Amino acid sequence: MLSALLVMAAIAIALGAVLGFAAIKFHVEGNPLVEKIDAVLPQTQCGQCGYPGCKPYATAIAEGAADINLCPPGGEEGIHKLADLLGVDFKPFGGDTAPKPKAVAFIDENNCIGCTLCIQACPVDAIAGAAKQMHTIIAAECTGCELCVAPCPVDCIDMVEIEENISNWKWKYPVYPLRPAA
Amino acid sequence: MRSLFKFHGGIHPASNKAQSNHKPITQAALPSRLVIPLHQHVGNSAKPIVEAGQRVLKGQIIGAPEGHVSSAVHAPTSGVIAAIDMQQVAHPSGIPDLCITLIPDGDDEWIARESCDDWQAVAHTDLRHRLRDAGVVGLGGAAFPSDMKLYSHKHQIKTLVLNGAECEPYITCDDLLMRERAAEILQGAEIMRALLYAEEVLIGIEDNKPEAIAAMRSAILDGKHQNMEAVAVPTIYPGGGAKQLIRVLTGIEVAAGMRSTNLGVQCFNVGTAYSTWRAIRHGEALISRIVTVTGNVGQPQNFEALLGTPVNELVAQAGPLPDTRGYIMGGPMMGIRLPSAEVGVIKATNCLIAMSDSLFPPALPALPCIRCTRCVDVCPAELQPQELFWFAQSKNLLKAQEYHLFDCIECGACSYVCPSNIPLVEYYRFAKSEIWAQETSKKAADAARERHEYRELRIEREKQEKADKLAAKEKAALEAKALKSAAPLPPAVEGANVSLYDAPVDADPENTMQLKIQAAIDHAKQQAAVSKPENTEHLTPQQQAEIATIEARRARIRELALSSADEHTKE
Repeated sequence: MLSALLVMAAIAIALGAVLGFAAIKFHVEGNPLVEKIDAVLPQTQCGQCGYPGCKPYATAIAEGAADINLCPPGGEEGIHKLADLLGVDFKPFGGDTAPKPKAVAFIDENNCIGCTLCIQACPVDAIAGAAKQMHTIIAAECTGCELCVAPCPVDCIDMVEIEENISNWKWKYPVYPLRPAA
Repeated sequence: MRSLFKFHGGIHPASNKAQSNHKPITQAALPSRLVIPLHQHVGNSAKPIVEAGQRVLKGQIIGAPEGHVSSAVHAPTSGVIAAIDMQQVAHPSGIPDLCITLIPDGDDEWIARESCDDWQAVAHTDLRHRLRDAGVVGLGGAAFPSDMKLYSHKHQIKTLVLNGAECEPYITCDDLLMRERAAEILQGAEIMRALLYAEEVLIGIEDNKPEAIAAMRSAILDGKHQNMEAVAVPTIYPGGGAKQLIRVLTGIEVAAGMRSTNLGVQCFNVGTAYSTWRAIRHGEALISRIVTVTGNVGQPQNFEALLGTPVNELVAQAGPLPDTRGYIMGGPMMGIRLPSAEVGVIKATNCLIAMSDSLFPPALPALPCIRCTRCVDVCPAELQPQELFWFAQSKNLLKAQEYHLFDCIECGACSYVCPSNIPLVEYYRFAKSEIWAQETSKKAADAARERHEYRELRIEREKQEKADKLAAKEKAALEAKALKSAAPLPPAVEGANVSLYDAPVDADPENTMQLKIQAAIDHAKQQAAVSKPENTEHLTPQQQAEIATIEARRARIRELALSSADEHTKE
């Protein structure tokens, strides 16, 4: 009886030591889930989710503080991906949040006064220019976050929708109208 | 007799080639206008280098290649540039693209051509540049810039395969080209062989084209071409697919994600070989091609048409029948419905089929997949088309990729045999372009993340630098104060290097100011005391005399000034 207890206790202590050692040896700094969620987010850094960028939103989702349906640029597809990743149910966009067609900012260079306010607002450094020099959008780098639109004192920034052209055209999903049998 | 190999699957659709292959190639009439798209090839669009209103000559470059993978576009005849604008092009989307509209002047005046009698003496790099500038691209339909495919380190490519299989129904342009211009095709193949350092050349021709096989065989003998063979391959669709033809001729199976060049084989269409010869030997750019006009027309035949010829003007020469309801570019299996009959012929236009309800009855409604796996039996890429359909239909793109969706060559054999009339290839095309779009946006997101993180880093660094600077300044000021309060006041007269700012810091600002002023005055006095007239020694007697007179004058002025000052004080 006693020997059995001792053996069990010894095993418990040994395994406990192994676990304790593993916890120290294989300790992971930070939450790896944040990186995974961040990889799914569209990186527009627009703040429409209410967090100052994609990474903070990813952190909030990982902590359970934010819902998965707050990212309009990611679209419904983004919500599906997040739902798959986190093993939760799909949740449609609520209220007035809805995805908009993709757009890039455009600076009307006739009206730009070179104040640099938009440059300071751009989260991805996609605006070229300097104080009292005309600014322009580097369209290829623009994420369409609209953060530059509000700070402009002369309202010379517009969002221009990206039109479908030969290079970004996609084959459509085959749809065949049903016809009543004669 | 060469032993041939087999590829998996394949079908035997009605060939429909007899309608158009009995007439020789006809030179198409000069059209009223040419609509030349600047993006006729794989890679970057060519950049227009002419202006509207400018007169151009036949063969003149009007679109310059831009970037690594690109090709030049030329004026197919002499005439005036009417417009450079967005027009509908031969693309399934029907979206306009940049085109140059040329109004021919009827002179057909060539630009100066650089012919080359001895191409063997020309450096390989120059030959490739000439091909790029001549706008030579793959004429089998893919329109990949040929110069890009003609690279090889010595003897890495063993076999050059010329594709004359022409497996799709209706199309006969390669058949006629081989019958009429066999010698020139073989000359082009020699250039390609030299550029690739290939040993043997195999020309694969389906055995439903006996005239072409005979013509090529006799041209090989006449031209005394070594290590070159025209091989009759069995007629089975899609035997003209590059991977399938390579398999049949060499037994080499190109694995998923691999290229045939990794296995020592490169493949070109026979039309590309012909254009290569014209470009190198005669300096003629790719400005025309053989186009089969067939289907619902009175006289189906092959035309040599200028690139940019509007489809309706070309088809008009073959007598289209009144019940024509649209055109297919390419074959009935893989071709695309043209969005309009106004679009211009491009480098990839091998065939134009006029459609009528009797020839191409409207598709029957698709029924559910019954998983009969007939598609599996015919798939030449050995895929599982029914599974791919299942995943594409449910937009399960990841799974579709796992089932090697990108090995699908879109040959349409699966749709052809499907008893449920499911347009399988349309689903695969949808899934493929959806995956490409997702890849693109993923790349863009990654780039944006990187830029955002770098920006955050930069802002943080700038903040840190500012704080460091401020701290350093404060520290210096404190140190200076400590130094000044510890040391006695510097004697103002002592030493020549007393700075104004070295005045002791005092709590009372006025006092400090006074001290500073005093220090400045002292400094000036000291400077005056130290400074002495220079060059006062070793003077000539003449200089001495001059100095003496000047001194005398000064003394007198001083005296005068003093006396007048005295008078003033007296008054």
